[in-house]
Amino acid sequence: MTVGINAPGRARISVRNLRTDRWWLPPLLTNLGLATFVIYATVRSFMGQWYWVNDYHYLTPFYSPCISESCVPGSSHFGQWIGELPGWIPMGFLALPFLLGFRLTCYYYRKAYYRSVWQSPVACAVAEPRVKYSGETKFPLILQNLHRYFFYVAGLVAVINTYDAIVAFHSPDGGFGMGLGNVILLVNVIMLWGYTLSCHSCRHIAGGRLKHFSAHPLRYKLWTLVSKLNVRHMQLAWITLGTLVLTDLYVMLVASGAISDLRFV
Amino acid sequence: MGYKAQFRVWRGDDESGELRDYVIEVNEGEVVLDIIHRLQATQAPDLAVRWNCKAGKCGSCSAEINGKPRLLCMTRMSTFDEDELITVTPMRTFPVIRDLVTDVSYNYTKAREVQSFTPPPDLKPGEYRMQQVDVERSQEFRKCIECFLCQNTCHVIRDHEENKEAFSGPRFLMRVAELEMHPLDTADRRDTAQDEHGLGYCNITKCCTDVCPEHIKITDNALIPMKERVAGRRYDPVVWLGNKLFRRSSKKS
Amino acid sequence: MTQVERHTYDVVVIGAGGAGLRAAIEARQRGLRTAVVCKSLFGKAHTVMAEGGVAASMGNANSNDNWQVHFRDTMRGGKFLNNWRMAELHAKEAPDRVWELETYGALFDRTKDGRISQRNFGGHEYPRLAHVGDRTGLELIRTLQQKIVSLQQEDHKETGDYEAKIKVFAECTITELLKDGDKIAGAFGYWRESGRFILFEAPAVVLATGGIGKSFKVTSNSWEYTGDGHALALKAGATLINMEFIQFHPTGMVWPPSVKGILVTEGVRGDGGVLRNSDGKRFMFDYIPEVFKDKYADNEEEADRWYTDPDNNRRTPDLLPRDEVARAINSEVKAGRGSPHGGVFLDISSRMPAEEIRRRLPSMHHQFKELADVDITAEPMEVGPTCHYVMGGVEVDPDTAAAKVPGLFAAGEVAGGMHGSNRLGGNSLSDLLVFGRRAGTGAADYVDGLTDRPEIAQSDVDKAAAGAVLPFDPRGGGVEENPYTLHSELQQSMNDLVGIIRKAGEIRQALQKIDEIKARIPNIAVEGHRQFNPGWHLAIDLYNMILVSECVAKAALLREESRGGHTRDDHPAMNANWRNKLLVCSTDGTDVSVVEQPQLPMRQELFELFEIGELEKYYTGEELAAHPGRKA
Repeated sequence: MTVGINAPGRARISVRNLRTDRWWLPPLLTNLGLATFVIYATVRSFMGQWYWVNDYHYLTPFYSPCISESCVPGSSHFGQWIGELPGWIPMGFLALPFLLGFRLTCYYYRKAYYRSVWQSPVACAVAEPRVKYSGETKFPLILQNLHRYFFYVAGLVAVINTYDAIVAFHSPDGGFGMGLGNVILLVNVIMLWGYTLSCHSCRHIAGGRLKHFSAHPLRYKLWTLVSKLNVRHMQLAWITLGTLVLTDLYVMLVASGAISDLRFV
Repeated sequence: MGYKAQFRVWRGDDESGELRDYVIEVNEGEVVLDIIHRLQATQAPDLAVRWNCKAGKCGSCSAEINGKPRLLCMTRMSTFDEDELITVTPMRTFPVIRDLVTDVSYNYTKAREVQSFTPPPDLKPGEYRMQQVDVERSQEFRKCIECFLCQNTCHVIRDHEENKEAFSGPRFLMRVAELEMHPLDTADRRDTAQDEHGLGYCNITKCCTDVCPEHIKITDNALIPMKERVAGRRYDPVVWLGNKLFRRSSKKS
Repeated sequence: MTQVERHTYDVVVIGAGGAGLRAAIEARQRGLRTAVVCKSLFGKAHTVMAEGGVAASMGNANSNDNWQVHFRDTMRGGKFLNNWRMAELHAKEAPDRVWELETYGALFDRTKDGRISQRNFGGHEYPRLAHVGDRTGLELIRTLQQKIVSLQQEDHKETGDYEAKIKVFAECTITELLKDGDKIAGAFGYWRESGRFILFEAPAVVLATGGIGKSFKVTSNSWEYTGDGHALALKAGATLINMEFIQFHPTGMVWPPSVKGILVTEGVRGDGGVLRNSDGKRFMFDYIPEVFKDKYADNEEEADRWYTDPDNNRRTPDLLPRDEVARAINSEVKAGRGSPHGGVFLDISSRMPAEEIRRRLPSMHHQFKELADVDITAEPMEVGPTCHYVMGGVEVDPDTAAAKVPGLFAAGEVAGGMHGSNRLGGNSLSDLLVFGRRAGTGAADYVDGLTDRPEIAQSDVDKAAAGAVLPFDPRGGGVEENPYTLHSELQQSMNDLVGIIRKAGEIRQALQKIDEIKARIPNIAVEGHRQFNPGWHLAIDLYNMILVSECVAKAALLREESRGGHTRDDHPAMNANWRNKLLVCSTDGTDVSVVEQPQLPMRQELFELFEIGELEKYYTGEELAAHPGRKA
């Protein structure tokens, strides 16, 4: 048990916290939410099928870009650069580690999992279980400082996802087509942009790093915009987990033939 | 209008203490500090509490109410049910002096370690020119009333006494950010933020922001931007490589 | 012999508000070892409560402004009873003191061209108040606090000790000033935390303890405002002047009861807020006194135009000097046109968009939301007068801030004279800076000029110590008294009988009550021990409050006219024969006496800054004989 609140000189109060509200609920929900996503994403990434709907050119973001010869024909929008992959390597291996890194080092997710998974602290003014704490001063957590570089790559991946969403306006006869899947892909990609651009690193790059906004009116405007988005970073972080699962699930269901796409055009 | 409320107040000093129960009258529109004062005037004349302005402007009456760091003067009784037991304790991160009063000297020590405002040496009084958009970020941080609730709730020192040496806490990391963003401050504070004030200990869990009575966005507007500035200087591989190759010190933007 | 912790300093500053800190900075910069002693934590002083701004004629918002205009406004606001030399120094030096703050790191709101923005305020002819939203006092105290830290860092670099030359003794109360012959020799007090005694051996003491508001029930002042400096000065043999003049700020909160008296900044009105009675009428148009008729608009259209075009319109009467507005509100409430909780309405919600209100008045928005559950962007506030500031204080030399006792200095609210019978909003923060600095210089010059250091007699220390612990061992022999009860009786009596409107009979009643409380004070008994014991602290503060209250009441009884912060129902008019008379309060140890004393006539060139027509409203014919307007 922590010595902090029982350190010499502090008020002798035997209980670890005196909070009367349900402080344990938010971290619990966070844990459930994160676990659900991680399990789903892991299963789907290694599944190796139902990621491409050839009729409508729907590609799930979990497999984009698909650049190996393992990918089904048509799903490799950027060519096939390498040979067949063993089954234990997900076909989206190129982007996935960066996306994972982007979210792992994201300032919001850090707060979320430090609180809920690491319990450091599980809620404000609730004593944490560990005796030692060095925060992000040492390896490996010092690597959290690399968030900005994951952001750059995540930006590139968002461009790829955008491309995927655009080429998906496709009908089986080769012309323009549109279905519910397009709407889902599009919403997902918009939300991904929202999440990516609302990132704290983006805010810094856009203008936060400047000392004199008045000398850079355009970047100030940009910073103001990103700042507005940034306030919603947490919401966008959760929304995009939802839209990613929903998009992938929809593609999977259509690809596997479990449902058929609702076509508008 | 009035009713009798159940209060449980920590009474004691640095050696011993206990939570003591009181039943005390509450009237419409009152805040917790009013009730503490009524306790003083009627039942516990030697109950120690620190307070000043009673309007949320001086930041003296910091304590913990039902386990949450709060200002006693800004916690309205109407936020509790009439039959709710209300527990009031001193801040648990600082050494207690007596009852609700704690020794907050840690904060004054840390304040002294932040390098002061460093204006351009040749700029004369009256010649300072700054644009409103350039001062606004620092102005937000200067709203701070130094109630030290953020320091109190921060687990880095609340739960780890030994970190007090290396970590200045959200209040003073915010002070560093304030000066770093001050349009006329000439000092580069990125290295000291990391090395002397322990910015790396912060794991941005946002409790400081949650408890701030001034609603300053400490984490989003001060700590994270400071971390980003440090990252740009210390953890940018390109900058790092450049420094290694050309042995130059990176310039401030 | 009493166990006492001893310290030796060159200058001891009592009080760590704006004036105290500015004095300490000055003394330290002059190379003197300086101690700052304050009852609260460092940085919590009452200065943080100041909202509107610092008045200084920098001319950033209107280039017509200059020190002469500021001087005239100040004298006018004080009804020409001000110490004109103080008003002159204040008007001349305020801009430099504000600019200096920027070099310490202050961040005022800015104009478009990057200079310090200035806002309108009651009684000021031009927009003159440098401000930071509505939390200017906080900015000021933090800036000065941080300047002290910066000086300590310099000392640390040089000597390895942060506190080598300037040290803050926080949560420490001074109970007595000690003398060697007629000169100040030091100060005696106790640590609030431990109750242990502390003694400062110092040839110079600067009083910067603020005001006396805690003697009144409805007040915007914090518990610290118990008139300590006033009482210390009196007991040391110095004199107080103008104690009958107490400013009741027109707009304090009136609901809920627990926050009654808390200040609502004049900035609300400066930014466009208007006062209305229960009929929705902007009643201030009915209360423009004769002397202000040519400066204030008599209709709503002109008043509203003034906000955007001040050069061609007269200002709104909502911004009349504070005494006028407070009396007007009082009359409206008495006439039955008040708000449900006994105030009037202050409306900003119908005057500008919600977003604008939140931007310009963030802490007012916050204060009403959190304390009264009122959204000022959607509904009017309820406000009423609250005891805010004492114009009276220690009689000092304008240039050096020296009191009558050698080695004793006073600056800020505790000093008297500068504001005459009524202080203009914004003139307090500038007063702190101008005279805080002058007190620092005055003390430094005094110490530098000494040939030998005064010494403290052990018997004086023993006496001071015995006096301080009296409440633990009451000697009165009567029924034991609770300090909280005595305090609230005093507050009620002062509030009701020597408050905003006074009558001879009521003041006499108050004096009787004061005598009665004085007799009961020796019976005060406090429980517990000396460690952080609020009952004991209050008992000690009560000695000061009672002494100062007596000065206030006695002076109020003598002054048979109404002027500024002194309104006599039985003498409702201002009387030119009283303008030149100051009431001076002193004590011989047991009794308080108040005597008349004439004011020095104004220097000719200052006198000529005013037009004869205006002076005729305040001066007697004889006094005006030397004015060029009269001679011509």
